[in-house]
Amino acid sequence: MGRSSESNSGDAPYDFGGEWTPSQLEKDRRIARKARNTRNAWVAVSSSIFVIGGLALFVVTSPGWKSLSDTFFAWAYGVEVLPKIILGFGTNVMLTLIASTCVATFGLSIALIRTSRSPALAPFRILATIYVDVFRGIPMLLVILLVGFGIPALRIQGLTNNVLILGTIAVVITYTAYVAEVIRSGILTIHPSQRAAARSLGLSHFQSLRHVVLPQAFRRVTPPLLNDLVALIKDTGLVSILGVTDAVRAAQIASSRSFNYTPYVMAAIIFLLVTIPLTRFTDRTLRRSIERQNATGVA
Amino acid sequence: MSEPVLKVDKLRKSYGSEVVLEDISFSVPVHTATVFIGSSGSGKSTLLRCINLLDQVDDGSIKLDGEDITAVDADVDKVRRKLGIVFQSFNLFPHMKVIDNITLAPIKVQGISKEVARDSAYKLLDRFGLREKAEDYPDRLSGGQQQRVAIIRSIAVAPRLLLLDEITSALDPVLVNEVLSTVRDLKMEGMTMVLATHEMGFAKQVADEVCFLHHGKILEWGTPAQILESPEKLETKEFLKRVHEAGRL
Ligand SMILES: Nc1ncnc2c1ncn2[C@@H]1O[C@H](COP(=O)(O)OP(=O)(O)OP(=O)(O)O)[C@@H](O)[C@H]1O
Ligand SMILES: [Mg+2]
Repeated sequence: MGRSSESNSGDAPYDFGGEWTPSQLEKDRRIARKARNTRNAWVAVSSSIFVIGGLALFVVTSPGWKSLSDTFFAWAYGVEVLPKIILGFGTNVMLTLIASTCVATFGLSIALIRTSRSPALAPFRILATIYVDVFRGIPMLLVILLVGFGIPALRIQGLTNNVLILGTIAVVITYTAYVAEVIRSGILTIHPSQRAAARSLGLSHFQSLRHVVLPQAFRRVTPPLLNDLVALIKDTGLVSILGVTDAVRAAQIASSRSFNYTPYVMAAIIFLLVTIPLTRFTDRTLRRSIERQNATGVA
Repeated sequence: MSEPVLKVDKLRKSYGSEVVLEDISFSVPVHTATVFIGSSGSGKSTLLRCINLLDQVDDGSIKLDGEDITAVDADVDKVRRKLGIVFQSFNLFPHMKVIDNITLAPIKVQGISKEVARDSAYKLLDRFGLREKAEDYPDRLSGGQQQRVAIIRSIAVAPRLLLLDEITSALDPVLVNEVLSTVRDLKMEGMTMVLATHEMGFAKQVADEVCFLHHGKILEWGTPAQILESPEKLETKEFLKRVHEAGRL
């Protein structure tokens, strides 16, 4: 679908390399296609203006709009507190980078353990299964509270009381469980004949995984993994409950000082500036991977 | 006469209560091709899978260059390095270009340098008329081309013995010939092979010995002329008659 409509679009460069010049029939077709595309674009633009403009008008003219905009959209105040929130967001970014690296490593290990068949790994397989089941079933907020307040309460010598580190650990624990499952399902979708072909070429178990199974599995799970990354960025905001001064916490402080909610809106906008492009990118990756799979299916 | 490349002795294999192979004995001297024919479900694929150690045998032994590969302490990876196998459905790696499909095992298993591996892969592709496909992904190739690449991939590791399991049954008749001529070329170059096929004409051309497999037993064996033209057993005659009627002789 996507492919054919792309190659049919009105002004795509038709280069077949030879002396060929399009016939009158084809020229007419291209003109007609171009006209149709222009018409479609106009319809899309005007209907968008109508619908979205109408909605905006409805909100702005509603009776409560004035007080609402004063408490939520006090832009001058928002700009004033913006540096603090951005500083806090730095914590979210750092947390995301560290956590996603750890999650990728541990998630892959657990997926590999769960899909292995070696008898020596049997106890680890059981432990991994329990781990995944448990932490996919607990709200992340609870995990953060349990780790963040529970571990310091144990008063074990040498264990950290740093809320940022504890918060990161909690996020990693939860997300590793999700990501391990995504990767495992990707590994399971690769047909056993691929592994058999690799093994019969003399590749070892590990080499078959490394060069044949995992590369194909990762292609399939890239879109869901990117989804999880977007979710992870947002969820780093939850560690603010431990007192980590991230963007959410910074906004909370600013807002409680002035009884105005604009700092929250500012924080939300900052999160969106990062997550929306990433979501669009994920969408595109997903479409591409579907196209690729369809193409393989046809051949 | 030197030692045969492959020697199978009283092999038996069952799945649960169903005996799929029974009392299978044969040997394959170097540079010869042994072709297995027989109706669907007679155990041809199972036999090749046992030789490649993808399946465990119930009884009997398989010797490769005199070494018992069914021994408990046999090095499976080492055995497979000496064997090439091409399956009925072409199991090329879809995420790798043709050239990388072919050079993967030489580089990773045999430890040959990338340049040397690519060089010899290009030579093979040249020889089988697939040079211009080297940088394509498998899904850009026709079925016949894919199967020929699969054959090239399996001989790139210079196996002692090549196992071919109905390599043309997933192809339409026009493509069958290009694949079969590839196999004929290999035979002429002295490759030792064990094949399972439904193509009797092809069996006649490449086989040094033909074995007729019936309900898991080798019922009759001999030269292609003996088995395909003047078989003695009733079952063989009936099988050939059915194949004939299906237009595959
Ligand atoms: N993994 C398995 N589990 C149980 N039974 C099996 C298995 N593989 C094969 N069989 C059975 O073994 C018998 C022989 O199968 P095999 O695939 O070797 O036949 P074949 O001669 O290759 O047939 P075809 O010409 O259709 O490829 C069949 O009856 C099949 O049902
Ligand atoms: Mg078969």
